[in-house]
Amino acid sequence: MKLAELDLTLESMNSPFAIYRVAVDSDVWEECASAIRQGHGQLVTMWASQQSAKSFIVSAIYSVQGDGLLWLNLILEKGSKGYPDISGLFPVAKRMQRTIHDLIGLEAIGGDDQRPWLNHGMWPYNYFPLRKDLSGFEVADPESATDYPFVEVAGEGVHEIAVGPVHAGIIEPGHFRFSVVGEKTLRLEERLGYAHKGVDKAFERMSAQEGYRLAGRMSGDSTVAYSWAYCMALESAWKWRVPEQALYLRALLLERERIANHLGDLGAIANDAGFAFGLTHFMRLKELWLRTNKELFGHRFMMDSILPGGTNVDLTEGFLEAILLQCRKFRLEVKELQNIYDDHSGLQDRFMHTGVVENELAVRLGLTGLAGRASGIAQDSRVDSPTFPYTQMEVNISSQLEGDVAARVAVRFEEIFESLRLIEHILQDLPAGDCYAPWTKTEPPGVGAGLVEGWRGGIFVALTLSKGGRIDRCHVHDPSWQNWPVLEYAVIGDIVPDFPLINKSFNLTYSGHDR
Amino acid sequence: MTWQIMKKIAKTGIATEKPPAAVEVEALTIHDEILKILGRALTIREIDAGSCNGCELEINALSNLYYNLEGLGIKFVASPRHADLLLITGPISRNMSTALAMTYEATPTPKVVVAVGDCAINGGIFGESYATIGGASKVLSVDLEIPGCPPEPIVILQGILSAVRYRLGSRSS
Repeated sequence: MKLAELDLTLESMNSPFAIYRVAVDSDVWEECASAIRQGHGQLVTMWASQQSAKSFIVSAIYSVQGDGLLWLNLILEKGSKGYPDISGLFPVAKRMQRTIHDLIGLEAIGGDDQRPWLNHGMWPYNYFPLRKDLSGFEVADPESATDYPFVEVAGEGVHEIAVGPVHAGIIEPGHFRFSVVGEKTLRLEERLGYAHKGVDKAFERMSAQEGYRLAGRMSGDSTVAYSWAYCMALESAWKWRVPEQALYLRALLLERERIANHLGDLGAIANDAGFAFGLTHFMRLKELWLRTNKELFGHRFMMDSILPGGTNVDLTEGFLEAILLQCRKFRLEVKELQNIYDDHSGLQDRFMHTGVVENELAVRLGLTGLAGRASGIAQDSRVDSPTFPYTQMEVNISSQLEGDVAARVAVRFEEIFESLRLIEHILQDLPAGDCYAPWTKTEPPGVGAGLVEGWRGGIFVALTLSKGGRIDRCHVHDPSWQNWPVLEYAVIGDIVPDFPLINKSFNLTYSGHDR
Repeated sequence: MTWQIMKKIAKTGIATEKPPAAVEVEALTIHDEILKILGRALTIREIDAGSCNGCELEINALSNLYYNLEGLGIKFVASPRHADLLLITGPISRNMSTALAMTYEATPTPKVVVAVGDCAINGGIFGESYATIGGASKVLSVDLEIPGCPPEPIVILQGILSAVRYRLGSRSS
């Protein structure tokens, strides 16, 4: 579909990718949702903000394939308690709407799931931190302990297995409730929110120029992608011109982050299938990669390397040669390991037909990013909504059709090779000049958006600035919001011991989701 | 298949590094101390209390072949009931506070508690709010703090060794 078919007066935003904004009422809100669903568009994210004492806005971002992003602002009538539910059209909206309620107290009217999501009763159920009259520092007694109402599966021989929030390995906190018969999983229900840190409110205490540090700590493994998305939003709001060299360097950091994570995952996935050799070798490669990061960029994960106005990368002598040499070595080593994985029948036996998400289901539920590409959804922001310097490169999308663990492994291998190629391309074309341009003018109010294809998928930032360079509202979106609910489907019919393997093959973030 | 794997192993050789000079003396002593006091490996249970996962990445990296943690007689265990030492990360989100307390309770005494990363020390960039308590020492007795965002594996290793020496050493004397 085309955005023009919606018959709205769209305001084109000053972002380096196509995004249009429009204010709507609740009728148009519903009409748009339904038209976009029919036109095969997807809901990217939803959030709400308070404008004045009694005025609230609910916002949604849709992606309309081939035509950019659409930002809808539903301005609620005074005294209205909520907005129309759209989870019937976009199942991914469910948890977003529950979150909107927990953070600001607006209800999705007609929604069938009104259970709290981020509020676990550790603060009062009627405490809504994003209300402007609250500081976010209020501490009250927790609600009396009640059990979270998981959906129960009835039937002969069905029993539940509760896992988490503290897991056996060194991973993030979350709770998984399995309903099983024998070894077979009938149903999985996730409960997240354990890593909720009140980030949305914390942003409101920060200045626009320091917010990138908080954005860079949404999910440590994606710090580059988050800080770039934040900076993109701020720079587009202020029309801040960033030197071309800085943008090339940001892409270099982003591709290095993608490779680091894929290396770690390829090892960990094999390990969960009992192949410790794979873990040992990929952890070795990842460690070498991170040490080079430390040497060249001063930080193993390149945290705070991207900042508003550019990067703080120092192009030392031998910088380019060191990276190029490393890329050549890694291409050979990863290829060697890929051959071993491919030829290992025991490993492939665990990978194939495990944790399947078929394309039809993936599209219906809005699976995105790496996991989406493994289920035949050939989408990647670097191709669909490219920003400079990706506009200068032809990124090849890696895609598989099977939607199983094997497919998610294959996409990671392909993406490592593609990112190595992109890094060489970036270094070849790296423009001379500066990698940073300071902001010297006054700091005006404004609105900006940022979109960056992190290694999991598209990370989106919506930023509203008030006078004096303060953050009025900053909403950061992780693709894990889309993919966590799909994981519940991916495990159905598989045996419980396959869960760690399937879960690792998605490797979603808890912190980035819980915020 | 097996041939390919054997070839790769032979070609890679032994990548494990000696602990850096400054750590080495300490490491060897601690290895002896761990053996003397516990008579077995030191076991660690990690608890993520709302971290951004940066600290987890580095704690995981400790298990790679370069740092050879198990060679020093230290290993991560799945259950707090098997642990001598707790590594805590994150600004202690309120939603994790119950699970953290239960995990602490489940760990047999004597137990050593180490806060890893700026968040676990004072809440870091997230601070203290309706959602975060802001530091492990506000809810538990912490033996040692390891600063950093995130601290690098070698720094975490140093911290673990000092904490063990401090607590276990003081107990034996």
